[in-house]
Amino acid sequence: MAQAITRVSTPPPVRSEPRVKLPWPLNIYQTAVGKKWVMGLTGIALLGFIVVHMIGNLHLYEGPLEIHEYAETLRDLGTKLLPRTWLLWIMRIGLIIAFALHIHSAYSLSRMSIAADKRYPGGRSYIAANFASRTMRWTGPIIGLYLFYHLADLTWGWFNPDFVRGDPYHNVSESLSSIPVAILYIVANTALAVHIFHGTWSMFQSLGVNSPRYNHLRRYLAAGLAGIILVGNLSFPIFVQAGVIDDDGRSIVEELQHGTAEGEDH
Amino acid sequence: MSSEINLTLKVWRQPGPLAEGRFVTYEASGISTDASFLEMLDIVNERLIEMGDEPIVFESDCREGICGTCGLMINGQAHGPQKGTATCQLHMRSFNDGDHIVIEPWRATSFPVLRDLAVDRRAMDAIIAAGGYISVNTGAAPDANLTPVPKETADTAFDAAACIGCGACVAACPNSAAQLFTAAKVQHLNLLPQGQAQRWARTEAMVETMEEFFGSCTNHGECEEACPKEIPIDFIAWTNRDYIKAKVKNRKLAG
Repeated sequence: MAQAITRVSTPPPVRSEPRVKLPWPLNIYQTAVGKKWVMGLTGIALLGFIVVHMIGNLHLYEGPLEIHEYAETLRDLGTKLLPRTWLLWIMRIGLIIAFALHIHSAYSLSRMSIAADKRYPGGRSYIAANFASRTMRWTGPIIGLYLFYHLADLTWGWFNPDFVRGDPYHNVSESLSSIPVAILYIVANTALAVHIFHGTWSMFQSLGVNSPRYNHLRRYLAAGLAGIILVGNLSFPIFVQAGVIDDDGRSIVEELQHGTAEGEDH
Repeated sequence: MSSEINLTLKVWRQPGPLAEGRFVTYEASGISTDASFLEMLDIVNERLIEMGDEPIVFESDCREGICGTCGLMINGQAHGPQKGTATCQLHMRSFNDGDHIVIEPWRATSFPVLRDLAVDRRAMDAIIAAGGYISVNTGAAPDANLTPVPKETADTAFDAAACIGCGACVAACPNSAAQLFTAAKVQHLNLLPQGQAQRWARTEAMVETMEEFFGSCTNHGECEEACPKEIPIDFIAWTNRDYIKAKVKNRKLAG
């Protein structure tokens, strides 16, 4: 086999061998197909989080106290086995690792493709590639930047002078009532839905989940998930702007702490 | 009914691998709609030779769509506008009188232009050399049907084996990935009993050789549309699956 290879003279490779050969199974990540597997698997984890996050946020429509209780329930998860917030932090660390691997694999695979690709000066047409598949390298960074803003805005409270820790209803209605912020959320979540539309379908191919009898269902699943995420996530900025979610600047958490909440006990 | 059409060609001319290339416009008048695309180029070349110009260099061999030698980017589409058709089987009846046609070579870093429309596709040979074969004892031909193969398996393997190695999948891919070519060459052997002995070694070696020269698949599906043999991207998914299995199995065997 080695003889056959040396007899074929080829153009120089566009990618050099990795300098350090890692032991199994880490060496799988050193190959492009392996990186695509990692991208697909981390994509499933991130997609799972996004779906659960969107559904959980629907508690906003129940009211300030209910979404506060939902947030507290997340912190209380697993308290029979572990100290409070530990299980939540374990899940958060898992998500951070998945997100880091998703970005790193995307970055290195993109570099590889850019090195291998040559543009057509005469122009080219696309037949199968759609808007979503061709904008993955744009929607990805948009989502990354948005995620940073989203955490800084609603978790760390950097941009919100009225931020009250642990009162999602108050913070969401204060933040999203600003028109530029609402527009930012709408644009970023549309990018997220577009990313999910291609990512969900692509994941099946990358992970080798392919059975001609059921393959048409993969597109339906991708469109369905992207649609559900889009409708759910866009509803928050729209309904805040419409005044459906509005606490008139009062914070239920501050009132609970000061014992001034009206007739609410739980 | 045959008729004659007049075309304006914008052709990529490049004197050699290291020379600068550029587009040159040619008028191709009185082209029969019964001519194939390559015959049209032959006619243009004869006129160029008569005028004392250098003819346009392009590759062709069988001209019946089975050898994979020809391949041009025609108006931004690999092998032109007709689905499932190699450039040699594309006929001028697919074009209208007065059309402008842009003709470019395949473009990828590992497909350097040799001259005009001819590119060096030896990177694909390296993928085949890495494992695109089966090792068998020579001698008398074995009896027919000595190794039973289910009909469905044979059909699917044959769909993959239809690959003529033209490189249109790489040319059409926005990432210049050779995933469809490699997957077809891996799967037509991996699906059959004769290919099992070297299945895992083959998959690992061919995929890793591919990754040295070509980009990474992002599942656009352009290759499937460009393929003159209409090989589906399902083979890519199966090869991705086989590759991870190979990584596990080859390690166990090596240990």
